[in-house]
Amino acid sequence: MTSPIVQLPQAQLRPLLAAYEATVRSRRWHSVMIAACVVAAIALSSISAEVAPMRLFENIGRFTSYIVRLFYLESGAPVWTDPAEWYWGLPRWLRLLGETLLMAYVGTLLGAAGAFGLCFLAAANVAPSRWLRIAVRRFCELCRTVPGLVFALIFVIAFGLGPMAGVLAVAIHTLGALGKLFAEVVENIDMKPVEGISSTGAAWHVAMRFGALPQTMSNFVSYALLRFEINVRESAVLGFVGAGGIGQDLIEAIRKFYYSDVSAILVLILLTVAVIDMLTARVRHRLIGLGENHR
Amino acid sequence: MTGRPKIDLAAVRSRHPHHFGRMDRAQITAAAVAAAALALLIYGMGELGFFGGTFLAGLRRLGEILGLMLPPDPGNWAHVRIFVMALLETVAIALLGTLSAAVLAVPLALLAARNVTTARLVRFLSRRSLDTIRSVDILVWALIWINVVGLGPFAGALAIMTSDIGSFGKLFSEAIEAADRRPVEGIVSTGGGRILGVRFGILPEVFPVLASQILYYFESNTRSATIIGIVGAGGIGLHLAEAIRTLELPQVSFIILLILAAVAAIDFVSSQLRFAMIGPRAGTAT
Repeated sequence: MTSPIVQLPQAQLRPLLAAYEATVRSRRWHSVMIAACVVAAIALSSISAEVAPMRLFENIGRFTSYIVRLFYLESGAPVWTDPAEWYWGLPRWLRLLGETLLMAYVGTLLGAAGAFGLCFLAAANVAPSRWLRIAVRRFCELCRTVPGLVFALIFVIAFGLGPMAGVLAVAIHTLGALGKLFAEVVENIDMKPVEGISSTGAAWHVAMRFGALPQTMSNFVSYALLRFEINVRESAVLGFVGAGGIGQDLIEAIRKFYYSDVSAILVLILLTVAVIDMLTARVRHRLIGLGENHR
Repeated sequence: MTGRPKIDLAAVRSRHPHHFGRMDRAQITAAAVAAAALALLIYGMGELGFFGGTFLAGLRRLGEILGLMLPPDPGNWAHVRIFVMALLETVAIALLGTLSAAVLAVPLALLAARNVTTARLVRFLSRRSLDTIRSVDILVWALIWINVVGLGPFAGALAIMTSDIGSFGKLFSEAIEAADRRPVEGIVSTGGGRILGVRFGILPEVFPVLASQILYYFESNTRSATIIGIVGAGGIGLHLAEAIRTLELPQVSFIILLILAAVAAIDFVSSQLRFAMIGPRAGTAT
């Protein structure tokens, strides 16, 4: 079963080949231009960021030795030979870890409540007024673009050192992030129930309560849980600026070179985060499954 | 009263017993969960000191601070120059960190992708190490790198690189696993080896996806780069933390505005680039 290969006559072939080569050449030219731009950007950035490959090369041993030292006790024995010595501060760390989780929880819930209040005002399909919508959107943008740590720094001045500043920083950041996501959920709803309720003469808030809310609730909870996961990680480092939680012990251990403490706290945080991720993932899958059954 | 038709409530009740009856089990569960969540919230707020006098006093002080922040004012032109240079440094840190992470993550992602690496153990180990790298916060990486190369923006770029290797490794390996198998099979069937199969079968297909993810991370890293300065790893964060600690509040709001403007500009440019590369739909998925 061989079929002869069709050879186009030269006269027909030549313009096709020329066109092909022109395309390839222009694409190559394009790639070269992009590569040149990237290389130029890298060169400029390297100057600005004081990149010193030699310094890195000379000191790279310190990085690996730092990582290795994390897993040795003061006495020089590896950490797993003496877990009691490694986790000497466990009661205190567990208390701080509990505080971290509580900060994340309260912050997430307060932020989600705020976002819930704002999202109907920010969604293009149901917002009562255009200017209000734009104002709410900008406000949410501001809340989520300024890093949580910056809010924490400012709140520490106002509320003093301690977890309250951390909670409020988490809440503000959550408000911004969830406000946007919730508004998008509301924008994706089916408008027929809302129109039906409005047509009976119901007020705006009634239409939202019975027309929009039932369609969005499971998505809201699912996003809030996802945010809770993120906030647990975030709360763990808020202590770096004095805003409560396990971060304050972590940064002290890093600054004072208590190597085994650093690894002990890091392992605790990693385990907690992994467990929380697993639990919330399970709840979210159930929620999304439930939401689909109802529809 | 005309206009309003008389409603036969009993008839409505018999037609829709669900809406008039007692709560069913799902509703009771939902109410119980909500009550428990509320109780935990109130307990937590009490535990974290919200119900003492400090919260209200703090709010008043926060109001004062916000009042002092307005209008934003850098002080003098020398400060403006310093801040703008620091902002450029921040962008440079983000760019270098993102690009070097991307370069280093490609081989790791290939090791972690199911359709490239057949050895189970290699795949498992590379995945777990990517997970570990990703779960350590960027500030911790910054502090570690400061120990290695000293204070300054270089440590910041290295911190972003380290923490992004974890994220990129995962995202890239997922993109590679989602790639179509047939081009690779075609190349292997004509006698090309595995490496050629990856180079000409997988990379051309996943490259636009990877590039859009890199751009997306460049955006988010610009935000991260503003905070690693707080622990001493260069960039605008250093000046921001300094201004907050010394209560130069008009400068604080000026720097925050500067950061917002820079993030918005980068957002705009990179979304344009992403659209140009892969069309308007696919880029926003992450």
